Amino acid sequence: MTSPAGEPGRDSVSAAVADAHRREWAYVLAATARVAGDIDLAEECVQDAYLSALEAWTREGVPRNPAAWLTVAARRKALDAHRRDKTLRTKLPLLVEPDATPPDAEDDDVIGDDRLRLVFTCCHPALAREAQVALTLRLVCGLTTGEIAQAFLVSEATMAARVTRAKKKISATRIPYRVPGAAELPDRLDAVLTVVHLLYTTGHTAPIGDALVRPDLVERALDLARMLQYLMPDEREVRGLLALLLLTDARRSSRTSADGKLLLLADQSRAGWDRAMIADGIRLVREALRGARPGRFVLQAAIAALHAEAPSYAETDWAQVVALYDLLVRVWPSPVVALNRAAALSMKDGPEAALTAIEQLERDGRLDGYRYLPATKADLLRRLGRRAEAATAYRAALDLAENAQEREFLTQRLAEVAPD
Amino acid sequence: MAQYLILIYENEGSYATASPEVFNEVMQAHNRFAEQVVEQGGKLLGGNALQGTNTATTIRTDVVTDGPFVETKEALGGYYLIEANDLDQALAIGKLCPARFGGVEVRPIMHFE
Repeated sequence: MTSPAGEPGRDSVSAAVADAHRREWAYVLAATARVAGDIDLAEECVQDAYLSALEAWTREGVPRNPAAWLTVAARRKALDAHRRDKTLRTKLPLLVEPDATPPDAEDDDVIGDDRLRLVFTCCHPALAREAQVALTLRLVCGLTTGEIAQAFLVSEATMAARVTRAKKKISATRIPYRVPGAAELPDRLDAVLTVVHLLYTTGHTAPIGDALVRPDLVERALDLARMLQYLMPDEREVRGLLALLLLTDARRSSRTSADGKLLLLADQSRAGWDRAMIADGIRLVREALRGARPGRFVLQAAIAALHAEAPSYAETDWAQVVALYDLLVRVWPSPVVALNRAAALSMKDGPEAALTAIEQLERDGRLDGYRYLPATKADLLRRLGRRAEAATAYRAALDLAENAQEREFLTQRLAEVAPD
Repeated sequence: MAQYLILIYENEGSYATASPEVFNEVMQAHNRFAEQVVEQGGKLLGGNALQGTNTATTIRTDVVTDGPFVETKEALGGYYLIEANDLDQALAIGKLCPARFGGVEVRPIMHFE
């Protein structure tokens, strides 16, 4: 905190601007988008505002409320642009403002929190999932196209084209800049939570590449979940998602050994788990479980909570875990959930019972090409001492796994069951 | 307001074998749809059912051939032109559009200045 009278150093101002970029980008852009009426113009103005902040804050000190300062600056730039270029008004706006009354752009004191509008626009079901993810990172998190491209290991040109296509669709089809009404909200919110969860899982176990965890994406997903929880405190599924991410992330440091190798839940050192994060997660789960029919994120969080509370893998309340999976399959009939249920079942009723469930999933076919299906089967067969069949399943899993750490783990297991 | 075309894609075979009762239900659903568009706050600007794809003739670079442009199981069988505030309203209207043997596609109309 620097008083306006003080002369802050250039470094501390740069740090303050970087911090405001990370924390306040979504707020500033969302508020500016309403005035700009055009995503591209809003982005440009917000970028300019951050640039001018560097100068102004060095001169005048870091303001007490950086987000408000930046929003005022960005909105002014948007209004100036509109005045300079009247023709802009006749052009097709990139954003449809559904309210009949135009926003009172001159009133700088009242800056509504438009972040939810921004999030719901980015995650609109008319956009492809990968476009939703890219737009969310770009517009809500303020990542550059280059950073997003890097996170998903595609070329910058590919990602730029993806973002441009998505923005064009928002404009051409008139996707409204608005929080959906009560009737649509459950479905639309599920799409938003899915995007945030996808960001987390992409960061948590990078599908390809050398490192198991990509901390940048994990942190962004946590930021987004916290923001949603702040903006929608009454939505149980939002609370469930935040709890799920916290409870999963509390175990992050113990998921790999000192030399970066993958460790299964059974082999992780529970002493390394972040107890404060777990306590936060469990509190959120308890709150979210109140009331009838918990949703899929709440149920997943409840399962994660049971794991986090267990003193050891063997002493986990597997009966309760399986019971929660039974509820989860009902609200979310995904074959991946059925696969996880089978793994839990193997701890409750033994590998034989789980193997039956796995074979059913194999016949179902929807998980063809999913690396965790043969990997889970291999583990069950290994535990049953059926080494030759286990080896076949490990080889099938290896054919599908692309993450270096996962490959190494599977190779090692394969060597154990087929020593030659 | 903006204009959207709702394209109705359905399995023609299902209509060929449908009973008169089913036909009747479909007709009634379409009549009701005209009212529902207004209830949703939109406007119905036009719409038609098309004759089957066996009546279609395709022209590509002056070559005339028998049949539809693309052979698909679910073919374009009709359309509505509507006016709506935004995509969400257009989609809400699209959801009400009868298409029991298929589905609908919602596309914004392009305007040239």
